[in-house]
Amino acid sequence: MLDITGASKTFLQGTVNEHVALNRLDLHLDAGEFVTIVGSNGAGKSTLFNAIGGTFYLDSGRISLESRDITYLTEHKRAAFIGRIFQDPVKGTAPDMTIEENLSLAYNRRKLFGLNMGVQKKDVVFFREQLSQFGMGLEDRMKHKVGLLSGGQRQALTLLMATIAGPRLLLLDEHTAALDPAAAEKVMAITRDIVSREKLTTMMITHNIRSALRTGTRTIMLEDGKVILDISGKEREEMTVSRLMELYSHKANKTLDNDRMLLTKDENGQ
Amino acid sequence: MATFYYPCPRLQSAERDVSSFKLAERDVSSFKLAGRVFFLLLFLFTKRKRRERGFEMTLMVGSLQLGLIYGLLALGIYITFRILGIPDLTADGSFTLGMSVSAAMTVLQTADGTVLSLPGLGIFLAFLAGMAAGAVTGCLQTKLGIHPILSGILTMSGLYTVNLLILGSRSNVSLINGVGLFDSLNLMLGGDVDKNLIRTVIPVLFCVAAFLILSWFFRTHLGLCIRATGNNEDMVTASSINVDAMKITAIAIANGCVALSGAVLAQYQGYADLSSGTGTVVVGLASVIIGEVFFGKRSVVIGFASAITGAVIYRFLIALALKIDGFPAYALKLVSAVIVIIALSIPTVQAKLRFARQKREAKQHA
Repeated sequence: MLDITGASKTFLQGTVNEHVALNRLDLHLDAGEFVTIVGSNGAGKSTLFNAIGGTFYLDSGRISLESRDITYLTEHKRAAFIGRIFQDPVKGTAPDMTIEENLSLAYNRRKLFGLNMGVQKKDVVFFREQLSQFGMGLEDRMKHKVGLLSGGQRQALTLLMATIAGPRLLLLDEHTAALDPAAAEKVMAITRDIVSREKLTTMMITHNIRSALRTGTRTIMLEDGKVILDISGKEREEMTVSRLMELYSHKANKTLDNDRMLLTKDENGQ
Repeated sequence: MATFYYPCPRLQSAERDVSSFKLAERDVSSFKLAGRVFFLLLFLFTKRKRRERGFEMTLMVGSLQLGLIYGLLALGIYITFRILGIPDLTADGSFTLGMSVSAAMTVLQTADGTVLSLPGLGIFLAFLAGMAAGAVTGCLQTKLGIHPILSGILTMSGLYTVNLLILGSRSNVSLINGVGLFDSLNLMLGGDVDKNLIRTVIPVLFCVAAFLILSWFFRTHLGLCIRATGNNEDMVTASSINVDAMKITAIAIANGCVALSGAVLAQYQGYADLSSGTGTVVVGLASVIIGEVFFGKRSVVIGFASAITGAVIYRFLIALALKIDGFPAYALKLVSAVIVIIALSIPTVQAKLRFARQKREAKQHA
């Protein structure tokens, strides 16, 4: 489904700040997989997403999605079949436009240059039905500007916008990290619901190792721009947070260094 | 699922986003109040003068006619400045471009030396020429990555030569030898219609048509894409929309409106002048801002109505200002610039005043 071979990306090449973000990374995803990605700061998690999403092009290597080579496809063209959600809830929606306008834009993404009305009545009925499943009361605020919503509501809306047009791949980049705990849990529940209902192939970056092991079907760990751990099935079910940390120190030859992760670990008492 | 709290700067930025939104709402209301007081004072200042000389009806009607013509310009500026969020300086050039095309098509010289007048076609071509100019600016800033302001200045500079070429190397072309739009409509209606009525009706028709078409267009899918581009480019890209194409389209439409305004003005005043485009952007901005004083910032459709109204009020203000003794006509551009500066600086000044008050209060409690 998704095939990444020999992906390399170096930032600020030839300067003292040179940073190898992706180092001949190989990754294969089967259709319907839900992969969670963990790794320390600067391991290349977001770089990997940006490369798949098309924010920048790889220095070398290839990316193909459903046997189609997308290595040099522009970002907005990839967006037709890759849904993306960022950490910042502000990034995914247009604040001065209404909920129905935002959803219409995302829903009609393949109708470019259409002079049909932007908001179709029959679509709004569908949007309301979809929004009502969130239980946030958004379905009764269709004509409200999105800028008036809370971070959690905006992120839930972004999630619907990213998945409403039936993407082939969904990329979630710590999309609950900027939310308060209750909203984060709510958005995470909605995510699981949508992904399992639509059978979406999904990749999710998370700082929360526990959540990484519990959510989805497969977990990979990145370090220095490479996949150093790739577990799924029974091995993954039996994995614990402390065991994963141990494995990391063993493989990367240092302790896991992620400011957020350590906090997670402390609160967990593990 | 267990969730954990950890310090996150993003959350604060989201909160700030919400509070700045409220701030903007409050700013608008005090901004509106300040604006209304300003206009009231201006009105009172000129009251005595008006009583002395008698209320000049013709001047007011003239202001309305001019205001509606400049309303088309305000619509164009509203699209770039408010919807797209890019101040577009192409307008100075495309306004004159519209004038030139419209004038040149009205006094066309045929091979045997007679004059051929095609004002209607001229106005249509002026609109297309304006769109082309806008598309050039759009391409400069998107495809070639030139700074938006500089792109506008470059196109505007280049247009000077183009305009001179269209006007046949003359800086001023009179339409006296041709039959302009206003005269030809009069002829069509039998030739004995009140001239002033026609001079009002044509600008009204243009404004109403432009308002209706733009209001429809910005509710279509393409229109939504353009509005979203001005609002959040990331979201537009993520929705598989080509941001560059949206910007070029929007700037083209905006400059089409600006050129249309110039084209109708050339017909109205009976000549095209190469230097009349100077300061067009400021006049347009002032109109948009004055409109917002009365209408506030709401939906796009209300925005269009407010831009046209703003342009009319701006013309009334100028008519009033000209009645103040010792106020020369050449001071208008300076006054326009000052209006724009005051309006655009209000949010910053208010924030500073608030901060000063906060500091003062903190000192008292200490």
